Amino acid sequence: MSSPSRLRVAIIQFPGSNCDDDALHVLTKVMGTAASFVWHKDTSLPDATDVVIVPGGFSYGDYLRSGAIAAQSNIMDSVRNFAGAGKPVLGICNGFQVLCESGLLPGALARNSTLKFECKDVFVRVEGMPTPFSSAIPAGRVLRIPIAHADGRYFHENLAALESAGQVVFRYCDHAGGVTAEANPNGSIGGIAGVCNAKGNVVGLMPHPERASESILGNVDGRQLFESLLMSFEGKAGGKQ
Amino acid sequence: MSKAKVVVSLKKAVLDPQGRAVEQSLSRLGFDGVSDVRVGRFIELKLNGVSAAAAREKVEGMCKKLLANTVIEDFHIEIED
Repeated sequence: MSSPSRLRVAIIQFPGSNCDDDALHVLTKVMGTAASFVWHKDTSLPDATDVVIVPGGFSYGDYLRSGAIAAQSNIMDSVRNFAGAGKPVLGICNGFQVLCESGLLPGALARNSTLKFECKDVFVRVEGMPTPFSSAIPAGRVLRIPIAHADGRYFHENLAALESAGQVVFRYCDHAGGVTAEANPNGSIGGIAGVCNAKGNVVGLMPHPERASESILGNVDGRQLFESLLMSFEGKAGGKQ
Repeated sequence: MSKAKVVVSLKKAVLDPQGRAVEQSLSRLGFDGVSDVRVGRFIELKLNGVSAAAAREKVEGMCKKLLANTVIEDFHIEIED
């Protein structure tokens, strides 16, 4: 890694991914990283990959369950090894579903309690343990980020354990940060919008930060996740090659 | 050859909004006294050269690995010779 802005980001593409280009655009044109696509049939990540992003979409047409088939694809073994080495992995929307289905993140995502495809801006509160995608965002800060999903109702059988471990990273809230039933768009347990694994290096969320990263789009709140990522590497730059 | 039928449904502890919507529709149609409607998924498959007992074990493995997400779903297997 030469400098934090030249991070090598691998964006995984499945048949049916449709936010892959958005992610590539933001990571390269807005954030200036060296991001590129990796096809799901590949058996390894490019050499010296620094970060993996599993983008949104409808991998395999959501057959069986959202993310279930993608979780079994060739590339996911490499992503599992990558995550196991403590390196940063981000799953956005369908990517979050894929990471849950592949066992890299706890819990599961079920059909929205509203039975609707929810497509709108929501507010989320940042909390939990520091992760590469949130550590530079002050705890309690409220971000406005769009959601677009039908299967986003997060479920975990032991909410208290997840919370006390600091693994709840994003929670749906109102504009003032209040976690209320009205602010919960899909019936997620505890109003959970995003979680991390026990180590904190794998993060998944239903909202789309890549759709809220440019002022021309009227909202740059989502960019804070990617700025956080770059800063997490700046902090470690001396320790890396 | 064995034939397996698998029914996957949301665990009782997990809200089933589809089941609830179907229940409300049934009630509107005049079907009284209907409760606890659950909507699930049905999967049928054939297993060649496998005994019924071995088939059950094999399908159980399939359910745990792919056919069901055991975080939120239960599965029920029926094996036919």
